[in-house]
Amino acid sequence: MQMPIYMDNHATTPLDPRVLDAMMPFFKDQFGNAASRNHAFGWQAEEAVETARKQVASIIGANAKEIVFTSGATESNNLALKGVAEMYGERGNHIITAATEHKCVLDSTKKLEKHGYRITYLPVMADGLVDLDMLRESMTDKTILVSLMYANNEIGVIQPVREIGKLCKERGVLFHTDATQAVGKIPVNVISDNVDLLSISAHKMYGPKGVGALYVRRKSPRVQLTAQMDGGGHERGMRSGTLNVPGIVGLGSACHFAAAEMAEEAKRLRYLRDKLKDRLLSELDETYVNGSMEHRLPNNLNISFAYVEGESLLMGVTDIAVSSGSACTSATLEPSYVLKALGAGDDLAHSSIRYGIGRFNTEQEVDYVAEKTIAVVKKLRELSPLYEMVKEGIDLTKVQWTAH
Amino acid sequence: MAYSDKVLDHYNNPRNVGSLDKGSANVGTGIVGAPECGDVMKLQVRVTEATGIIEEAKFKTFGCGSAIASSSLATEWLKGKTVDEALSIKNTDIVTELSLPPVKIHCSVLAEDAIKAAIDDYKKKQGVPAAEPAVEVGAH
Ligand SMILES: Cc1ncc(COP(=O)(O)O)c(C=O)c1O
Repeated sequence: MQMPIYMDNHATTPLDPRVLDAMMPFFKDQFGNAASRNHAFGWQAEEAVETARKQVASIIGANAKEIVFTSGATESNNLALKGVAEMYGERGNHIITAATEHKCVLDSTKKLEKHGYRITYLPVMADGLVDLDMLRESMTDKTILVSLMYANNEIGVIQPVREIGKLCKERGVLFHTDATQAVGKIPVNVISDNVDLLSISAHKMYGPKGVGALYVRRKSPRVQLTAQMDGGGHERGMRSGTLNVPGIVGLGSACHFAAAEMAEEAKRLRYLRDKLKDRLLSELDETYVNGSMEHRLPNNLNISFAYVEGESLLMGVTDIAVSSGSACTSATLEPSYVLKALGAGDDLAHSSIRYGIGRFNTEQEVDYVAEKTIAVVKKLRELSPLYEMVKEGIDLTKVQWTAH
Repeated sequence: MAYSDKVLDHYNNPRNVGSLDKGSANVGTGIVGAPECGDVMKLQVRVTEATGIIEEAKFKTFGCGSAIASSSLATEWLKGKTVDEALSIKNTDIVTELSLPPVKIHCSVLAEDAIKAAIDDYKKKQGVPAAEPAVEVGAH
């Protein structure tokens, strides 16, 4: 076993060596600009880009012409939200999204609010899912866009995308989904899911960082966007800038391998994830899974270990790379807004760990991570005044704390 | 975030973990912080009544590594001090000793608060009025 163990695959994934092999020629001899129309260097690059475009389209059931390459999901989400808002602003000014979306969606909608758009932030239920009735009731004749993520990056919860898409179609509202965590992990199909815009990122699926795509539907309806990056009119005018050919080739290759291996790999990951979960829950008391277990990515586990603070837990497992929803790990001193949105209570949000199992994790590693986590939680509970109070029968909710 | 060696040392080998009998007349207990803020410290001292010297100090902390280290260090410093000397421990001393970065200063503040709360509790039990609300009689 090689140390440290990387099990934070929702943050980013290692580059698959096969993907790197596919990219290498485009860093070297095949350095052409895909927009150069009059020599072989350009043609070679263009051909590689078009192959990648097909690979990306294929994994989501789209047409290659509907793929716009970007610098990643942050840009794709910005382009989808701001591009639609600007293009359809005459028709309406209302957008619906959810409290548990990625920061790049929420910060984009916040900016749109400053420009006069009205945004509805749907709450989620205790299992992390949006309430479809609430979504239906939130729609007005001014609603132009619904943006709800496919799978959540912290709790792995999968939204009922197909039902959401159907609802949007019935109401003639565009539907964008941030599928960064879903594509390559679970089957995604823009036709059967009724998706109009969909964001993808390469580095969450064993591709390189700094490249992604936005799917923009071309038929029924034909979605239009106002470009947010002006220039040479690349990508059908929706995203100017010389194409990142090696990155795009890497994204295409990553989609190719993910699609080919998804069914088998999902089964393996689910087995490992469930093994980890079962061991943690059976050997530790007061340990809770955050979010629905039923509607969840096969590789995600997000657990709160009550009465143990997340950062101190991470400090005890320095040979394991995982992440915590606790305040102290970020500069903001606020615990995870995703966990807060589930209504778990700030104390449980502070006690959470996210495990993201990936393509290169082995069963032996999962066993080690389980053992190590259990040992550290036990040690920290020995140190925890809260655990001691609870064991003495004190109800922590009745204690007068001196908040600071 | 990188931790200083001293923080790591206290985290890995916390000093004086445990609990003293909070019902005892010569034990002072301070519990500060709140679970929803991500840190709670319990600090206890046992004082020899005749001399006013802290014989024993114990802690339990729910919080990040820096919070654990701050309270562990506090127990080390408390032992052998008189209750009045204990009150002179400042959070800035803890920051310096542990090389805490700015985002972790609140951990040291919490440790100072825990010391004060424990000493206050002891003094109350001993019938000494708490030092803190130093209200000038004449001011009323
Ligand atoms: C759900 C989700 N959306 C968007 C992003 C941003 O992706 P990128 O790093 O490609 O900009 C991430 C990754 O952090 C994510 O998990």
